[in-house]
Amino acid sequence: MSVPLTLLGLLEREPSHGYDLKRDYDTFFNRGKPLPFGQVYATLGRLARDGKIMIGDVEPGVGPDRKRYVITELGVTEVDAWLTEPVEPEPNLQTVLFSKVVLALMLGRPAEEYLDTQRAAHLRRMKELTAVKRGGNLVDVLLADHGLFHLEADLHWIDTTVVRLDALRTVVTA
Amino acid sequence: MTASGGVTAIEARDVVLSFGETPALRGASLAVDEGEIVAIMGPSGSGKSTLLHCLAGILIPSAGEVHFEGGRVDRLGEIERSVLRRDRFGFVFQFGQLVPELTAQENVALPLLLGGVRRGAAMSAALPWFERLGLAGLERRRSGELSGGQAQRVALARGLVARPSVLFADEPTGALDSITGEQVMNLLVDSAQEQRTTVVLVTHEARVAAYADRQVIVRDGKVNALVHS
Ligand SMILES: Nc1ncnc2c1ncn2[C@@H]1O[C@H](COP(=O)(O)OP(=O)(O)OP(=O)(O)O)[C@@H](O)[C@H]1O
Ligand SMILES: [Mg+2]
Repeated sequence: MSVPLTLLGLLEREPSHGYDLKRDYDTFFNRGKPLPFGQVYATLGRLARDGKIMIGDVEPGVGPDRKRYVITELGVTEVDAWLTEPVEPEPNLQTVLFSKVVLALMLGRPAEEYLDTQRAAHLRRMKELTAVKRGGNLVDVLLADHGLFHLEADLHWIDTTVVRLDALRTVVTA
Repeated sequence: MTASGGVTAIEARDVVLSFGETPALRGASLAVDEGEIVAIMGPSGSGKSTLLHCLAGILIPSAGEVHFEGGRVDRLGEIERSVLRRDRFGFVFQFGQLVPELTAQENVALPLLLGGVRRGAAMSAALPWFERLGLAGLERRRSGELSGGQAQRVALARGLVARPSVLFADEPTGALDSITGEQVMNLLVDSAQEQRTTVVLVTHEARVAAYADRQVIVRDGKVNALVHS
């Protein structure tokens, strides 16, 4: 999960209150699944403990939102490293789908039916994401696109796997 | 009536067709509701285009039936079928099929001209499509002077300009990059909804099929509905 790094990155823009961080996180990074306040403050606590942020001016009053958080040099370095390094291109050789197919073949179960059901589920999700895109703003479009391209890649894998099921059965039941 | 409760616009029932020794359709059935957008997916060579051509009255099956608005398309003669295609259907295929001698605007106007609309009126009806498809300024180009994606959008406009009852589209985004393909699909869906055009769309791309109301898969010459768990 990249919640700590994302919050850290948001703090690199400007010192912020926990509330602002949560609002921006929910708006841009985690649409439809708000970040609980508890997690925001727990994360900020850990970042402060590790010296990546500091607590700036504390305003008078009560409650956690009196605090403004400020990123440190260490925090800036961390954000920079995270942005600069490519994400591990996951080979996904051990996906759930793969395991299900192999197991189904080993057990003499209808792997192709499972894959057909999976294809239907994927297409249905793609239809939903396309509807989101058609009604959405640019942030929605980009997020939906990311999902759509990944689901499409899964579907390519499903289609080629269906073609290779007989050969795969021979290998895994040998 | 169909499973979804709509009125059937066009339907293939147990359609069989072979090319010589090669069986292309082996009992394919598909009913499409009025105003519905259906995507036909499936592996290469499975019979998608052949099914589309049977529905559109371009090919005649050796067995089975094709119904359109209560009539039997497969029982019509050559001339009646070409009149049906001209007056009621629109077409977009993967590769341009624009008439090279005509300008882009004339190409779009063509279905209207063939249907007997006066030239001035046909050209006026064609014009707004250029704006809608992001092609403004290209009206007078010939197809050889358009990029693949531009030609494809002109072909889409031509398929829709006569407000057909059914639009048949075979890989309409095949030559396009993702963003242009998306523009074409948005336009296709918007126009189809606005004109209440039924759309039969063949595509092997799931991202394109996701614009349809319903997806079916053709495998070995038969149509499979999607199995939902
Ligand atoms: N004009 C033709 N003459 C001979 N065989 C043909 C002809 N058209 C299609 N076929 C054969 O019929 C079968 C179905 O072809 P069809 O064009 O319908 O497939 P498709 O699903 O549209 O494939 P693709 O995704 O590659 O376009 C294939 O085996 C193909 O080789
Ligand atoms: Mg084809």
